[in-house]
Amino acid sequence: MALIEVEQLSKTYRDGATETRAVQGVSFQIHEGEFVAIMGPSGSGKSTILHIMGFLDTPTGGIYRFEGKHVRHYSDKERAHVRNRKMGFVFQAFNLLPRTTVYENVKLPLFYSDVPESEWDARVRSAIASVNLSHRAEYDTTRLSGGEKQRAAIARALVMNPPLIFADEPTGNLDSKSGAVVMETLQKLNEAHGRTIILITHETLTAEHAGRILHVRDGKIEVDIHVAQRRTAHSHEFSK
Amino acid sequence: MKLSHTFAIALVGLKTHKSRSALTILGIVIGITAIILIMSLGKSAQDLILGQIQGLGSKTIVVIPGREPRGPSDVAQIFSDSLKERDLEALQKKSNVPTLSRVMPVLFGGDTASYLGETYRLTAFGATDLITELFDLSVAEGMFFSESDIQSRGSVVVIGSKVKQELFGNQGALGEKIKIKERNYRVIGILPKKGQVSFFNFDETAIIPYTTAQQYVFGIKHFHRFIVEATEESLIPQTVKDIELTLRENHGITDPDKDDFFVETQADLARRLGTITDILTLFLVSVAAISLVVGGIGIMNIMLVSVTERTREIGLRKALGATEADILNQFLLEAMTLTGTGGVLGIMFGAVLSFAASVILTRFVGLGWTFTFPVPAALIGLGVSALIGLVFGIYPAREASLKNPIDALRYE
Ligand SMILES: Nc1ncnc2c1ncn2[C@@H]1O[C@H](COP(=O)(O)OP(=O)(O)OP(=O)(O)O)[C@@H](O)[C@H]1O
Ligand SMILES: [Mg+2]
Repeated sequence: MALIEVEQLSKTYRDGATETRAVQGVSFQIHEGEFVAIMGPSGSGKSTILHIMGFLDTPTGGIYRFEGKHVRHYSDKERAHVRNRKMGFVFQAFNLLPRTTVYENVKLPLFYSDVPESEWDARVRSAIASVNLSHRAEYDTTRLSGGEKQRAAIARALVMNPPLIFADEPTGNLDSKSGAVVMETLQKLNEAHGRTIILITHETLTAEHAGRILHVRDGKIEVDIHVAQRRTAHSHEFSK
Repeated sequence: MKLSHTFAIALVGLKTHKSRSALTILGIVIGITAIILIMSLGKSAQDLILGQIQGLGSKTIVVIPGREPRGPSDVAQIFSDSLKERDLEALQKKSNVPTLSRVMPVLFGGDTASYLGETYRLTAFGATDLITELFDLSVAEGMFFSESDIQSRGSVVVIGSKVKQELFGNQGALGEKIKIKERNYRVIGILPKKGQVSFFNFDETAIIPYTTAQQYVFGIKHFHRFIVEATEESLIPQTVKDIELTLRENHGITDPDKDDFFVETQADLARRLGTITDILTLFLVSVAAISLVVGGIGIMNIMLVSVTERTREIGLRKALGATEADILNQFLLEAMTLTGTGGVLGIMFGAVLSFAASVILTRFVGLGWTFTFPVPAALIGLGVSALIGLVFGIYPAREASLKNPIDALRYE
């Protein structure tokens, strides 16, 4: 059974008379342990798809099944439970609490979990350490650089050890070196720990880490490439 | 989610928004302090006013010259001279008013007394020695004048404690002569500090025989009041009727509407003062309500201003696994902490201020002011500010918690 099943999913924003069809009937499946990169031009609907998969937004059409259960059949409590325990989300805009330390920000998900309080400190510290931000743990998030904010946001997504991680351009604000570190971290989570990773990126180099690339254009899936296929495609070109 | 965790989050929230929390608490403190102060002072003022009536015994009836005022604009004929010596004699006759136990004629008016260059503005009070019983007075030093002083228009005076203090300071006053209206009066008694009794502050009074007062102070042949005491409280209506009949007969009046005097009982007085205190209460309640509204608007503003920021926070918390109930509990606890803190502080400030006011009024103004703590006002104040906190803190939080997390996160 696929972890994520999407059928003819669509999302239309209505603002008075104007209608924005951000997602227009996409279908795909993602299995446990996959590393998927979503690529596509700006405004093509990537974030919207990710938000819907992450239970942060609701589709206006089509079907989304998570772990085989239709999203509409999840209660508020179950949705919160899934978001807390099964998903980690790194937002494009970080969404850190202002005037609050990195440490407190990373700790937030634990409040809504059943992790015993005695483990909280160790969890928070190791999550912060995994993104090399230990020296900034007590910093107010408003004083962090863009890259540091991004890493704090990643640490927060990791603190609950979720089996599924969504990341909306996690390397967008990083220099190529720290970007590579983040991607290696994600890749390790995928390969060594079997985590499912779904990320959005603009950079082909970043997408290289993924086992699969979904190309989105104008709210539709243009191509769905598994890396094996892509490699074949490459070798084709070379053989020419 | 554990309550201790919700509370921890609420506290972090309050700490992160220190100035907002402080302003909210301030709004509540102002509202509740004002209510407690106003209600406490109002209650004390009422007690004071009602206490005045009790200064005169419950069996007391006052006969006043002139027509009874029928409305606020109907100024009584205050200067009416309808109560005369022969009325006093008629009232004293057992056959006329059998239920009357004593009657005392009274004259009073502002006057200046002097002693060796010191002057003091006091109330000259002409009475008989019955005043000791009717007003429950006794002398601290010396004695009261007697029947023979009344017969002989003696120039003797019993002075109040304030009069003594102002004219003589710490010197002895007994046997000294004070001057009122170009005439010397020998001080034969000094009253203890008494404060206000009914409408007279005997501390600022010089009491002289009524005959002397008629002749030398006021230069009149009539009286300002008769103070009558009935034998029994239950016989007051009968006594009033007999007094009216006697005086009408004496004055040759047949139509009660043409009365040139009127009789007032403690019950009448209480009713009249009751209206005043009711108006006072109404006024105080409105002022208190206004201060609550002002405090409430303050709280409301602060809460609403923070909604944008809080909406994003709510979106984030939901994205990280908070349920709608978690969010509501957090905001509920925040609001309760704010209103609770503000409420307790407000009650403390209000109590301290009104206690201080009662001390000042007693010590320096000399009113028999008592400190009362208005429990209902405190409860209403707490209730209303808690309600405001809940409505303006919880309602937007609830709205936000019902949104998609992503919509809440995007909220501007
Ligand atoms: N709340 C909204 N109301 C109206 N339109 C919206 C809303 N959110 C997104 N859109 C529109 O939907 C389309 C897709 O947006 P989305 O954020 O998914 O794009 P994206 O692929 O993530 O772009 P980028 O790479 O720039 O982040 C855009 O045209 C955007 O303007
Ligand atoms: Mg996007």
